[in-house]
Amino acid sequence: MVGGGIVGAACARQLEREGFHCVIVERDVMGSGATAAGMGHVVVMDDSEAQFALTRRSRDLWDAMELPDEVEFERCGTLWVAADEEELEAVRGKLAYYRERGVEAELLDARRLYEAERGLRAGMAGGFLVPGDSVIYAPCAAAWLGRGIERKKAEVLTLGDGWVELRGGERLEGDIVLCATGAWAAKLTPGLEVKPRKGHLAITDRYPGAIRHQLIELGYLKSAHGDSTESVAFNVQPRRTGQLLIGSSRQYGVEDGGVERHILERMLRRAVEYLPGLAAMQLIRVWAGFRAATPDKLPIIGLARNCSRTWLATGHEGLGITTCLGTAELLADLVMGRGTALRAADYAPGRFA
Amino acid sequence: MKIRVNGQEVEVQAGMSVAAVVMNLGLAARRSVTGEPRGPVCGMGVCFECRLWVDGEGPLRSCQMPVREGMEVVTDAV
Repeated sequence: MVGGGIVGAACARQLEREGFHCVIVERDVMGSGATAAGMGHVVVMDDSEAQFALTRRSRDLWDAMELPDEVEFERCGTLWVAADEEELEAVRGKLAYYRERGVEAELLDARRLYEAERGLRAGMAGGFLVPGDSVIYAPCAAAWLGRGIERKKAEVLTLGDGWVELRGGERLEGDIVLCATGAWAAKLTPGLEVKPRKGHLAITDRYPGAIRHQLIELGYLKSAHGDSTESVAFNVQPRRTGQLLIGSSRQYGVEDGGVERHILERMLRRAVEYLPGLAAMQLIRVWAGFRAATPDKLPIIGLARNCSRTWLATGHEGLGITTCLGTAELLADLVMGRGTALRAADYAPGRFA
Repeated sequence: MKIRVNGQEVEVQAGMSVAAVVMNLGLAARRSVTGEPRGPVCGMGVCFECRLWVDGEGPLRSCQMPVREGMEVVTDAV
């Protein structure tokens, strides 16, 4: 299993349950890449039927898990904020879509929006509440998913069919090799349709009770699902510690993983526009990381091109924390040659050809 | 110069940081969510571990704050 992020850990756990003996090869510590850099939002998203199916199935799998306390699972719900009547009107279709597919959701008018979240700026039109969404602390979740599985701290330089070569020349072989290296997957699989998409986050000191739901502007969908080179959207999450985790930004074409002031400033201004109380709060950390973005916003899960033993599980962009469990389930079904609950073709590596 | 730390009067020297005063008293600046004591790690304003309250304002980084006559310092507030 190349890559000890939450996707690699979830897949390794699932394959061990199928009777495989797995070794997670990770160059750093478990969950140290996008897993640690991201927000830890377990969310149902509806950009496409396939995205909805995968996020929904994955959320059900998270709900069924007996998670230890350190994973900080909190079913705070997602509250999508409609800034104006136009956004609120657009959400009606979303409500019908979720309900038809059996996911609980509600439309909130302005009065109910402010009952739910008093800190929002006055003048918002309403909201779309998905009460079954959750947040988790993803690095601890990855470590927990990977618990008991053999690990090797090493960097994979070359990926072949059923084998990898490590820095230093050592070669490992397996009945199965899985590449779950997120944004960097194309380095090992040239031509793979995965690009790093940089994001910034900031976290505050502890302000317990300041917000109750994961709050996201409906415009986030445009930011997340659009292809602009650089965008920001309001996205703030309550942590169990009382801290507020503030996002979000999306940038293509940036290699440097450092914090960029101009984009951080845009992101924080956007957050303060929606939640004015943030301006008086103390930030204690800011950082950036890389999502693994694909052209159709769906992950790549399945056998690698021209391979019979090397598999891919990458391209989860901003949804890997949610979708790692559905990914692991799908991968295990494919590996075992069983029927799959999800439509495997929607996530197949060859779909871009 | 005198300041108050958690209501107790303390004699300090001009130029000291509040973090140094609190350390000299053997106090934690604050507590982690699991109740562990926290104090200055970097001492240069980066780690944010030495946060406490001064004159009703906070949380502030005590390592970046020189003492001032009569200031009221509160530790363990968050």
